[in-house]
Amino acid sequence: MSHGHHGHHEVKEPIGWMDRPEKVRLFFRFFYVICAALFAAEFLLLGAENAHPHPLEERMRFFVYPVYGFLSFWFLVLLARPMRTLLIRSEDYYEGGGRYREPGAGEGGHD
Amino acid sequence: MTSLPPFVLFFAGALVVAVTRGAVRKAVVLAVPLAGLAVLWAGAGQDVAANGAQQYLTWELIGYTLSPFRADKLSLLFGYLFHIAAFLGFVYALHLGDGAPDGSVAGDVGEDDVVGNARAGLQHVAAMLYAGSALGAVFAGDFITLFVFWELLAITSVFLIWARDSERSYATGFRYLIIHVVSGVLLLSGALVLAHGTGSITFDHVGLDGTGAAGWILLIAFGIKAGFPLAHNWITEAYPESTPTGTVFLSAFTTKVAVYALARGFAGADPLIYIGTAMTFFPIFFAVLENDLRRVLGYSMINQIGFMVAGIGIGTNMAVNGAVAHAFADVIFKGLLFMAMGAVMTMTGRTKGTDLGGLYKTMPFTATLCIVGAAAISAFPLFSAFVTKSMIMVAAIEEHHYVVWLFMLFASAGVLEHAGIKIPFFSFFAHDSGIRTREPPRNMLVAMSIGAVLCVAIGVFPSQFYTLLPLEMDYHPYDLRHVLTQLQLLAFGALGFVTLVKTGVYPDEKRAVHIDAEVLYRKLGPWLVRTVGALALRIDAYVRASVLEFVRTSLGAVDRSHGEMGPLARSWPAGSMILWVALLLAAYLIFYL
Repeated sequence: MSHGHHGHHEVKEPIGWMDRPEKVRLFFRFFYVICAALFAAEFLLLGAENAHPHPLEERMRFFVYPVYGFLSFWFLVLLARPMRTLLIRSEDYYEGGGRYREPGAGEGGHD
Repeated sequence: MTSLPPFVLFFAGALVVAVTRGAVRKAVVLAVPLAGLAVLWAGAGQDVAANGAQQYLTWELIGYTLSPFRADKLSLLFGYLFHIAAFLGFVYALHLGDGAPDGSVAGDVGEDDVVGNARAGLQHVAAMLYAGSALGAVFAGDFITLFVFWELLAITSVFLIWARDSERSYATGFRYLIIHVVSGVLLLSGALVLAHGTGSITFDHVGLDGTGAAGWILLIAFGIKAGFPLAHNWITEAYPESTPTGTVFLSAFTTKVAVYALARGFAGADPLIYIGTAMTFFPIFFAVLENDLRRVLGYSMINQIGFMVAGIGIGTNMAVNGAVAHAFADVIFKGLLFMAMGAVMTMTGRTKGTDLGGLYKTMPFTATLCIVGAAAISAFPLFSAFVTKSMIMVAAIEEHHYVVWLFMLFASAGVLEHAGIKIPFFSFFAHDSGIRTREPPRNMLVAMSIGAVLCVAIGVFPSQFYTLLPLEMDYHPYDLRHVLTQLQLLAFGALGFVTLVKTGVYPDEKRAVHIDAEVLYRKLGPWLVRTVGALALRIDAYVRASVLEFVRTSLGAVDRSHGEMGPLARSWPAGSMILWVALLLAAYLIFYL
């Protein structure tokens, strides 16, 4: 068993790209440009053959995947939040614990 | 050597591993899977390619034929996969026994022994036997052999959970063992009922048509190991409780043996389409909420197996090929993700989203490899799942399962959310946790790098990979529409994540558990036993008291009439007797006259 090699005594406090706001801004700008390009690329598909069309694609015709992808994330999270209210319990629930209590809250709280 | 079942080498290897130490043991654990893979490829692999399916060994036993080494393209695919998984796992676990790695801060949370030693010998032996059992199961040509290895899978792998050496891991291990033994008992029962009807114990297509109860019993037996809904929590319980290295082995074998068994026994069974679709759907909600990142990967495992199960249910050549190809890809990319989380645990002692963040500064190489695994599971073009999962989805459309396809597409976005973004984001980026550590030991980095290369290789060279698949098909994953629509789905899903986080709608990680079906046997079951037990005790006490009271009252009454002073025990004078006789005679006369 080794106890003596804890790296935080040796490593200098590192600065990462996420600590630099201008780099984070650049990252997001790059990401938004990619999204815009992929959105516009829908027009490339106008002439492309679709060997296995789904009724949703035939009905919506355009932007099926970007819309579906974006809405899926929102649907997922908007349904998960009330699920949490219902299902959340303390970390030691199965060892005899009970309701979840928000850190710092005197009485039981929830999300 | 061709006719030697592949498990034999692993079982023999386990014996050697048990009696060796240090460099020799390390050499053996690496040599066994590599040698096994070479022998399988050059022997049975070439033989099957030239001559078709083979039964290399058959033994007669009380009128039934045991066949412990049946090789065809389906079993070979899983055979190759398990050798590769075992090799990757052993490379990853090579440092075990050397103590906590340099730079690890796991000692700060008391986990230095778990991440460095954790019963190294036991883990190596158990993993070797476990991999051998998985090989034994996929090459089993009959149900009895399958049953033996089915149970051995459980018995050998539980030691990888117990190696964590905590109260919680012992309890989890026992529950894991019970669930898997039940699955084995069901397997044997189903096989016996089937054999009673057909007179054969050969493990081939079973199906649900005309097999009656046997078919359903076998389906449930396989389903428990595959993590069917309500039977899925052994996965999310066991994986986070094992050691960093143990979970990598656990994630590779058991569920994939079940997928193999379903593909062989139940291809085209309609209920699997809907069971599989449910499996792709519900775990992603739990994965959003879950704090323990290895438990998130457990839910992710169920979600991915859902795609495979649905593909098997659809049953066309492309769907079944897609299912087993996705199983192959999943072992590699899920293994890579579990390895990345294991590396984080090894270096920090932590795996919870609330404790982690900012590790890209000190573990950039691990972060990059984790992102490769995340891209592979999310099915980005040029990564493995893009060329495997899409077969299942195309097959769903071809067979007009349109609603199923919509669910799968939603589940694909869900995969991106929890495995593609949440896992790397909360461990390596997000809020800087202040934990300062280093990259994990070199062997861990090597194992992860090989996994990452395989994720890309499968994605870039799909046609070479497809030659390993068991059924004939014609599928080309790379066309403009597929690439572009998949990129649109993923990019706009990610945009959804960004907007959810920026608007504060995305739920924070919380130090909590979210109850799932396991509450039935971890809380409700014990509560029922306690409540029914207490009720039974009260009823018992009441009945006993009532009976005693009745006996006491009766004895009192008898005592009053027959006791010392009781009227019936008294001696009566003859005169009164004559009087009573006269009265009775008088009554008699009055009555009759």
